[in-house]
Amino acid sequence: MLMDLTHTLPKTILLDHGSGGLASQELISTLFIRHLDNKILSAMEDSAVIDNQPGRIAFTTDSYVVDPIFFPGGDIGTLAVHGTINDLAMRGAKPIGLSLGLILEEGLPLDDLERIIISIRDASLASGVPILTGDTKVVPRGKADKIFINTSGIGLVAEDVNITSLNARAGDKIILSGAMGDHGITIMTRRAGIALDGNLRSDSMALHTLVQKLLTGLPAGSIHTLRDPTRGGVATTLCEIASTCGLHIEIEEDLIPVRSEVRAACEILGLDPLYLANEGKCLAMVAPEYADQALALFRSCPEGAEAAIIGTLSTGTNDTKSSLSGASRRVTLKTTIGGTRVITPLHGAPLPRIC
Amino acid sequence: MKYVDEFRDPALTGHLLRELAATTAAIARPLRIMEVCGTHTMAIFRSGLRALLPPEIKLISGPGCPICVTSAGHIDIFLEMADLPGTRLAVFGDLFRVPGSNGRTLAQARARGAKIDVVYSPTDALDIARQNPDELMIFPGIGFETTTPTIAATILSASNQDIDNFVVFSTHKTMLPPLMALLGDPALGLDGLLCPGHVSTIIGASAYLPLTGSNHLACVVSGFEPTDILQALILMARQIKENRAEVENAYTRAVNWEGNARAKAMVDTIFEPVDMEWRGLGVIPGSGLAIKEKFARFDAQSRLSLVVPNTKEPAGCLCGQILKGITTPPHCPLFGRRCTPANPIGPCMVSSEGTCSAWFAYGNESRGT
Repeated sequence: MLMDLTHTLPKTILLDHGSGGLASQELISTLFIRHLDNKILSAMEDSAVIDNQPGRIAFTTDSYVVDPIFFPGGDIGTLAVHGTINDLAMRGAKPIGLSLGLILEEGLPLDDLERIIISIRDASLASGVPILTGDTKVVPRGKADKIFINTSGIGLVAEDVNITSLNARAGDKIILSGAMGDHGITIMTRRAGIALDGNLRSDSMALHTLVQKLLTGLPAGSIHTLRDPTRGGVATTLCEIASTCGLHIEIEEDLIPVRSEVRAACEILGLDPLYLANEGKCLAMVAPEYADQALALFRSCPEGAEAAIIGTLSTGTNDTKSSLSGASRRVTLKTTIGGTRVITPLHGAPLPRIC
Repeated sequence: MKYVDEFRDPALTGHLLRELAATTAAIARPLRIMEVCGTHTMAIFRSGLRALLPPEIKLISGPGCPICVTSAGHIDIFLEMADLPGTRLAVFGDLFRVPGSNGRTLAQARARGAKIDVVYSPTDALDIARQNPDELMIFPGIGFETTTPTIAATILSASNQDIDNFVVFSTHKTMLPPLMALLGDPALGLDGLLCPGHVSTIIGASAYLPLTGSNHLACVVSGFEPTDILQALILMARQIKENRAEVENAYTRAVNWEGNARAKAMVDTIFEPVDMEWRGLGVIPGSGLAIKEKFARFDAQSRLSLVVPNTKEPAGCLCGQILKGITTPPHCPLFGRRCTPANPIGPCMVSSEGTCSAWFAYGNESRGT
């Protein structure tokens, strides 16, 4: 049940709400502070001051423009919290706080805005990562699409943690934290107006708790690389890793978890789940001797309950002519029927085909 | 997943591969087989089947990728239509990034302000037309017998609902005339034809009978899963071994002998045969479909009096020869260098089902060429 704001605020966002004047203050205090309240944010200073804490600082930013803004499994608000937390987590950082920048289109229903702010509050509370500073602008109708959100995040990286694509080593096992493609296919089917039976839901989820469990549960240095396969999917993320670390990556089609409803939707729409976006999954490159232990840790967490080892890194060859033979900087897929094909990065957005 | 996993079963695939290898080994010469359909090209790469086939099987990609065979002039006129005032375009995604002769694309036209919707179905285009009565919705009609019935049904629906702002620019094509033209060329030296499964659901397996006679081609209709394709190749290899040239149907769960009478009747209601220009193949008599006079109000060409420009192919591009099966993408000087999926020059690189796109995406191993 949304609270009744009709006495204090109009039903839609007006340009006035971005004016910086009284209407802005009213929106901030009636909606944002009410839901996102914490000591630092509610002070409403020009910037948040955070007490000095030991360790290196991870700093990231991401903008969220998803359409539709509401979808099964989440909305643009949950994505804005989870996505930025996950970017911090992928460097092994413990998130401290987020900023929240909102660009609102004039005419956005206030109920929609409040629903999104409540989602942001819930995601922030559940993940224990507060919104520490924020900003709101309103643009004339047609100059933005309903709502755009930017969140930046800072986190702390412990001294013995060094997680980067550069650290991936030959022999590393690749763990995927769960089934791929849930978010991408949910958005694409909604966007295409295609109603499919089954339970297609975005996997929007924060992964920092899972990552901290991995870091504390495994010997230092055993996790080499963490990446979240968002836009471009598992395929594009693996291509980036192979290109950065200069190694060959081989994955096996049969080992990669994909929900049957996602596979079915992909078959209908002519899409490849390897290229679909995920918003609550990570890929981990783990030293082979700790792979089984890491997998068990993944599976002991709700975020990684369906984790699987999907492939291996190797030195690769320098043979650029025959791309299937395991050339370095390339990704290959062993198919279900025992064939091999090269995996290339996504080119442009996946589009519906003729036949 | 039901009805899919069964057809990708590794044990069954292995069994069929051994059976195929035994048959082709007994023939002891290269078998030149054309897979007509772009979806077959893609499926063979994507499943990894290409690298597993016996060395005797030489697969040649045919002219069955709808975007690839659309003439440069037609692409140019689609781009021109996008810029007409008071109009909007609805297109299948494949068309969105195809460059015209000046290098411009519909994606760029939309960024400049043209109204272009990417749709899954022509009925979506009709819905958008209904919601925007002040704009003329133009749908570039592209594709073979698989797509044409849905366009015909949409025009019928527009006619029944008396929607006046929906038109189709038909470049629709039929599959048999180009095959007859291509296969008449002895230089191609084909032994068999892997007949397109989707098109065959409409035209029926019997449609390929004319190819078996004078051309003495083994014709097998195939589905798109690895075991479908292998079963079709086994039937084909047996025909070649026994010097038979027949039509066989290895896709009986979707294709029958006569085809889909209702869909064919709907196409006949709206369209009539016309000479059509194919990219790389030139004008082939009776190979296209034009909207009949009775439905002229839904025909973009008659409503907008457009003239298709006589556009030349991009310099150096070998798409024409690739579409004829004469050469393969790695032999094109542009392939993988100036022409990539991110920056395509020829149509075979643009469409995800294009031969060049398949070769680029799934590996450049030389087996099966």
